[in-house]
Amino acid sequence: MSIFVHRETKILIQGITGREGSFHARQCLNYGTKIVAGVTPGKEGKTVDGVPVYDTVERACARHSIDASMIMVPAPYAADSILEAVEAGVELIVCVTEGIPLLDMADVVRFLKGKNSRLIGPNCPGIITPGACKIGIMPGPIHRPGRVGVISRSGTLTYEAVRQITKAGEGQSTCIGIGGDPIVGTSFVDLLALFQEDPETEGVVLIGEIGGRAEEEAAEFIRTSFHKPVVGYISGKTAPAGKRMGHAGAIISGGRGTAEVKIEALRAAGVRMAEHPAAIGETIRKVLIENDDGKEDEKRV
Amino acid sequence: MKIHEYQAKAILHDFGVPVPFGHPATTPELAEKIAEKITGRVVVKAQIHAGGRGKGGGVRLAEDASEAKKIAGELLGQKLVTPQTGPEGSLVRQVLVERALEIHRELYLAITLDRETASQVVMASAAGGVDIEELAHLHPQKIHRFFIDTALGLRPFYVRRMAHALKIGKQLLPSFLQVASNLYSTFIARDCSLVEVNPLVVTGDHRLVALDAKILIDDNSLFRQPEIEAMRDPEEEDSLEREAMESHLSYIRLEGNIGCMVNGAGLAMATMDMIQHVGGAPANFLDVGGAADVERIEKAFRILMGDSRVRGVLINIFGGIVRCDRVAEGVVEAAAKLKMVLPIVVRLEGTNVKEGRAIFRKSKLAIETASDMLEAATKIVRSVQEAS
Repeated sequence: MSIFVHRETKILIQGITGREGSFHARQCLNYGTKIVAGVTPGKEGKTVDGVPVYDTVERACARHSIDASMIMVPAPYAADSILEAVEAGVELIVCVTEGIPLLDMADVVRFLKGKNSRLIGPNCPGIITPGACKIGIMPGPIHRPGRVGVISRSGTLTYEAVRQITKAGEGQSTCIGIGGDPIVGTSFVDLLALFQEDPETEGVVLIGEIGGRAEEEAAEFIRTSFHKPVVGYISGKTAPAGKRMGHAGAIISGGRGTAEVKIEALRAAGVRMAEHPAAIGETIRKVLIENDDGKEDEKRV
Repeated sequence: MKIHEYQAKAILHDFGVPVPFGHPATTPELAEKIAEKITGRVVVKAQIHAGGRGKGGGVRLAEDASEAKKIAGELLGQKLVTPQTGPEGSLVRQVLVERALEIHRELYLAITLDRETASQVVMASAAGGVDIEELAHLHPQKIHRFFIDTALGLRPFYVRRMAHALKIGKQLLPSFLQVASNLYSTFIARDCSLVEVNPLVVTGDHRLVALDAKILIDDNSLFRQPEIEAMRDPEEEDSLEREAMESHLSYIRLEGNIGCMVNGAGLAMATMDMIQHVGGAPANFLDVGGAADVERIEKAFRILMGDSRVRGVLINIFGGIVRCDRVAEGVVEAAAKLKMVLPIVVRLEGTNVKEGRAIFRKSKLAIETASDMLEAATKIVRSVQEAS
C-alpha cells in the first residue's frame, strides 16, 4: 500500500515532446512507471520512447485508461493544461511546472471545486512510491521502499531528506512534494489524512518553509487528528522578511510566515523537530524505533 | 515586482480610479513647473519603493510652486530613511508633485490574493491613513475582509456589503461601487498581487480619490505584462540581485560572510540555516537551479565575489539526475578561470559522486570536499574563522 500511486497506475504526460518532458518521461519509464500516453498539441501520431502522442487529453483518454497525468508544460500554458486534464476527468494531476501566474492558479483551484480530480503542485518535484511508481522529476535511486511518508514544499531539500532517511536504514512509503507556490492544489493536511489511513506508513517527515500558513494548519491537524509520529523541519530561519526566497511562496510578509512561529506550532502539536537539516534522517529513525519499543511494551501484560 | 507610487497612480487612472492631478519630477525646476499648473497647495512626495515615507519626512506640503521647488531640492539626491528602508536609507531620484486635497474622511481599501482560499480578498477599513499592519495588530476588528469568488468577480453585492461596513452613505455609494469595481479590474487585468489604496479619501466636495497607491505585480505574470515590465526601476534594486536575475539565478544578499551556492530554493535556505547553526553567517541565498553547468556556476561565482564581504564559499549541490562529475568539472573550471583564492568547501551528492570528488583532488585548487551538510558547514566556518 501507499498513497495515490502504485505499480499499476497508468500515466499520461502532458508536454511529453518538450526537452524536459521527453527527458523525464524516459527517467520515469526507466524507473518502471507505466506511461501509456503523451499529449502535445500538433504532435499526434508521433511516439516518444514508444509512448504514443495525442493532440488533446480527451483523445488520449478515449484510447487509454488513464489514472494520472504529469504536466511538464511551460508556465504560460500550464494552467490551461491542468484545466484540460480536470475536464477530461483525470483523477490525479501532478504539475511540475514552475512560474504559473497566480491568477491562473486561482482560477484552476476554483474550477477543481466539486470535481473528481486532485491536483498536486504546481512547482513541485512530484510523487513517488519507491520501487513501484514515480511521477515526477526526483532522482529514483535515492529512494527505498519503507515505512516513512515524506511531504514537503521543496524539491532538492526533499531529496536531501529522502537520502538521509535511506542512509539511516529506513525507507519511504510515498514521497510527495506539494509545491513551492503560494497557491497549490493539495495541502499538508490533505496528505496527512491519507497517510493516517495508509497501513504502510508508520511515521511522517514533514518539510516546510517560511511563508503562508500550511505548516500551522498541519500542526493543528496533527494535534487533533493525526496518530502517527511526525518529524518536522522548517527551512528559512535565516531568511530576511519581505524577500521571496526562490520559491514564489517562500516569503515572510507583514511579520507572518516566520520559521519560528511554524517551528513552535509544530513542536506544540507534538512534532519532533530535526535540530538542523542534516539531522532529519537520524531523527525519524530514532522516533520510529522509540515507537516500535512503545508498541512492544503495549503487548506486555 | 514593485513599482513607484506615480506609476501605480497612472495605472489606476487608466482604469478609471480618480487620483489627484500630478506628475513625477527629477529636478526642482521641473517640480516647480508642475506645481505652477496647480492652483492652491501641492504635495511633494519622495518616490522610493520602501513604505513609511510619511514617517521619514518624505511627504511634504508646499503652499506654492516656489516652496514645492525648495522641498523637491531638499528631497532629491538625498537618502530618505523610513521604518522600512533600514538605517542606510534609500536615495530619492524622483518626487511626485500633486494637488493637495481637502480631506473629509480617510478610508482603506486593498485587494490581495489569499493563499489559503486561493481567492481574492478585499480588505476595507474606515480607519484609513494609518499603518495597516499596526492597525491589524492593535485593532483587528477594524479591518473587514471580503473573500471574492473568483468565478464571479467583484459583483455589486460585495461592494454594497463593504459600503455598509465602512458607513458609506447613499450619496457616495455609486462612486464607491465604481472605484471598487475599477480597482478590481486593475487587479485582474494587470496580474497584481496587491492593489492598496491607503488612504482612499472622501474630499470636502464629496468625491472619492486615491490619495496614495501601492501596486505589486505577480512576477510569474511579467511575460504577459510588457507595460509593467517597462516600469521596472533598476536603481531601486540591489545591483547583484539584478545581475543574478538577468542570468536566471535566484540570489538574495544577506549580512554574513559565507557565500552559498546551492541547487534548489529549499535546500539553499536549509544550507543558510546550517551555516548559522554551526556559528557562521550566510552572505546570501543563491539557487543555481537544476542545470548546474559551467556557465551558471561561473556566473554564480562572479555574483558571490561581487559582494566584498564574502570570505569563503560553500557549494552544496544535490546532484540527483545531474551528474556530480559534471558539476565538479564546472566548479573547477570556473574557479580556475576566475582565479578564486578564497576557501571553498563543496558538498556533492548524487550520481557519480566519487568521480566528482576525484576531480577536486586532481585539481590544484584549494577546494575541500564534504560528505554531508553538517560537515560542509563546519569546514567552511572554520576555514573562514582561521583566515580572519
